[in-house]
Amino acid sequence: MIANETVRRLQAILPPHCLLLVREDLKPFETDGLTAYRNTPDAVALPETEEQVKQVLSACRETGTPVVFRGAGTGLSGGALPVDGAVLLAMTKFGRILEIDPLARTARVQPGVRNLAISEAAAQYGLYYAPDPSSQIACSIGGNVAENSGGVHCLKYGLTVHNVIALRVLTIEGEELVIGSGALDAPGYDLAALLTGSEGMLAVILEITVKLLPSPERTQVILAAFDDVGKGGAAVGAIIAGGILPAGLEMMDRLAIEAAEAFVHAGYPLDAEAILLVEVDGTQEEVSEDVMRVRDILLGSGATEVRTAKDEAEQKRFWAGRKAAFPAVGRLSPDYYCMDGTIPRKALPAVLKRIAELSAEYALPVANVFHAGDGNLHPLILYDANQPGATEKAERLGADILELCVEHGGTITGEHGVGLEKIDQMCAQFTPAELEAFHGVKACFDPDGLLNPGKAVPTLIRCAEYGAMHVKSGAMPFPELPRF
Amino acid sequence: MSFLLSSCPLCEMNLPEISERIRAATGPLAIRAGGSKDWYGENVAGEVLDVSANRGIVSYEPGELVLTAKCGTPLAEIETLLDQHGQMLGFEPPRFGAASTLGGTLACGMSGPRRPYAGSARDFVLGMEIVDGEGRHLKFGGQVMKNVAGYDVSRLMVGALGTLGVLLTASLKVLPRPQAELTLQFECDEMDAIRLMNEWAGKPLPLSASAWLSGLLSMRLSGAQSSVSAAHRKLGGEVNPHGGEFWAGVRDHGAAFFRDGAPLWRLSLPSTAPPLDLPGRQLIAWGGAERWLKSEAAAADIRTRAAAHGGHATLYEGDRTNGVFHPLPEALLKYQLRLKQQFDPRGILNPGRMRP
Ligand SMILES: Cc1cc2nc3c(=O)[nH]c(=O)nc-3n(C[C@H](O)[C@H](O)[C@H](O)COP(=O)(O)OP(=O)(O)OC[C@H]3O[C@@H](n4cnc5c(N)ncnc54)[C@H](O)[C@@H]3O)c2cc1C
Repeated sequence: MIANETVRRLQAILPPHCLLLVREDLKPFETDGLTAYRNTPDAVALPETEEQVKQVLSACRETGTPVVFRGAGTGLSGGALPVDGAVLLAMTKFGRILEIDPLARTARVQPGVRNLAISEAAAQYGLYYAPDPSSQIACSIGGNVAENSGGVHCLKYGLTVHNVIALRVLTIEGEELVIGSGALDAPGYDLAALLTGSEGMLAVILEITVKLLPSPERTQVILAAFDDVGKGGAAVGAIIAGGILPAGLEMMDRLAIEAAEAFVHAGYPLDAEAILLVEVDGTQEEVSEDVMRVRDILLGSGATEVRTAKDEAEQKRFWAGRKAAFPAVGRLSPDYYCMDGTIPRKALPAVLKRIAELSAEYALPVANVFHAGDGNLHPLILYDANQPGATEKAERLGADILELCVEHGGTITGEHGVGLEKIDQMCAQFTPAELEAFHGVKACFDPDGLLNPGKAVPTLIRCAEYGAMHVKSGAMPFPELPRF
Repeated sequence: MSFLLSSCPLCEMNLPEISERIRAATGPLAIRAGGSKDWYGENVAGEVLDVSANRGIVSYEPGELVLTAKCGTPLAEIETLLDQHGQMLGFEPPRFGAASTLGGTLACGMSGPRRPYAGSARDFVLGMEIVDGEGRHLKFGGQVMKNVAGYDVSRLMVGALGTLGVLLTASLKVLPRPQAELTLQFECDEMDAIRLMNEWAGKPLPLSASAWLSGLLSMRLSGAQSSVSAAHRKLGGEVNPHGGEFWAGVRDHGAAFFRDGAPLWRLSLPSTAPPLDLPGRQLIAWGGAERWLKSEAAAADIRTRAAAHGGHATLYEGDRTNGVFHPLPEALLKYQLRLKQQFDPRGILNPGRMRP
């Protein structure tokens, strides 16, 4: 429970419409996009001014109250999940685009601005903001920075970290840091790199300057069908090795194709085991050349069918199926659990095969839809939370998939973040010394550990407990730590 | 296709040795590999920790667009291998001498002419292994394109001048080399050059470098032959048949501009910053975002001007009495010092190299 003293302080800082304290009002904030985890917050602060944010943080620091920041709440790792006794500080009211400089190709925005709104506002200048998470109609740019979010176009245009020029943040100690400027670099350590992807653990983001890119002259989408998932995976490598850097390179397997087709009628071939969507962009001439080369490579890799979108409407349809894949799969099953491991591209065939085996072992269907060009997998585990034990079973399968990714030289999270969800898998990816270094970084910004406690980086004790439960191939992780 | 190469069979021995040296150190260590950038940054008084033997390409897979190399590997070795496979380092790092290493380049955070169009050194870093100031061997990031597990410590190391850790191994994203390149020249004054660099960068043109010097704007186009030709038709301009040499001269400071005795400053500014009203000569690069200044003007004046335009100034060559790097605001400095304290509690790694 949150202390009365904290509530009194918050009431003094925030007008009544900016502070939620009663259960009906708090309920909508009990979860983020990872709905399997729920926890009703004790208090939700919805400040409207930076001064209020500052005062809320100082009240929390002085009363020793933890703070969880929240953007649009679309996160998929429980990053914005309320913590007991904490204030949930939602930045949704900071929704203004402060400035677009078409000549410098930058946009200065508040953290609550929706990702897509930036591209919409920049369109009049022939510019756009490149990182485009599938959730872009809803997610906030502040959340994107906190998660270092990616999207379909990241292979060519980079992640959030590559597209943020400057940040203004506020620490729990009440200091405002201006990180970077309109210039391409800044003196001192690269705090922008450190803050991007910091999952609300280091500071609250108040303002973001992003880079805008010129909209390409032309884009073209190619759809290729394969009778084998492995062949599709190999084609991905062949395209890249062929010297082409597609703007987007996405893959869906049979279950995902069927679900998407039933949902949005994208025109996907239903007899395929996998499809690849390849978007090439650039100048007229470049796109014409690349389309021919990509077609040849796909056919050479054993595609059973290669289709180039006839017109913009068909391009949109091809993408609509991909972008709606999560909700489409969601219609197949009462619940689904989205994973986010990343692997070297060459491991795609082997990892996909092993995921299919795991799916059979656990008797839980898994649909695969993912950023193939980046090797970023999104296996969707289908389950029914109403069946006893099903959620735990889905979580165990998910953990196995992530550890499979690590075994293949990959990582447990490519873009969704660790949050609370993958905290145990952090123990598989990092050594105690590395985890300590992370805790050290956190302590530099948040010495009292008040920001998003218990998330993103596990304590060594937690790892020891987790290790005791999961002894892999006889090797006990963290053998030097005491067991209990 | 995959390679496992090691041009140095003994380099496996270097990790324990580096860790050991750091653990055993009782005073400051000056980390050094190729020594090609000894002149960059503040002086460090310390025993030299030579890390140049830690070299060799660990793995390179063209199909993955990923290369992993020990940090003492000469850039030239890396770039030759990439070139053989039609790939390149996207940030076009400068080589201030044949001995330039990957680690030195990353520690200094240096990127060349392609930077505004393709990304910086830190942008291409996927992962790193380091030894921190306590001699601990730590691994962050990895060899995959996307990785958000844990704080992005590997990118934090870029530009930290070795003050947070000795860089052991780095994994980089590499890029396919463009099919065609062409350098165009336009006669124009400084004001027009800044405007044109910015206007063209906002159009879908295959730009990959830009520079203005003495009334001549140079723009490099890179990409498919057809798109380079189409852009040439759109922009006009005179073809510079020696484009390759020209950009190498800008990148490595071999060009005559850099060669007189005057102090050399690098001003990093928003690309649209107007012409600087400072005495001396200038070479404008990075689409307007990088202004090289050869000037006898007082350090304080140069810094004030850079700051007024929303940027910062670094002294490359000249009297260092007034510091090399732009001073940090107090609040930023506080957190930076804490990070230093965290990674190097005894303050033995290149102490002072980043600040006076
Ligand atoms: C259908 C669907 C599709 C998705 N597709 C993608 C995808 O393609 N790529 C991808 O990367 N992600 C994707 N996501 C995940 C999610 O949309 C992103 O992680 C997004 O960036 C979260 O933004 P948000 O505003 O919703 O943040 P929230 O969920 O509210 O918060 C996320 C984290 O950011 C922190 N935070 C939020 N705002 C601030 C702030 N101002 N200052 C400091 N910390 C803050 C929170 O504490 C939390 O840790 C998808 C999600 C859904 C539901």
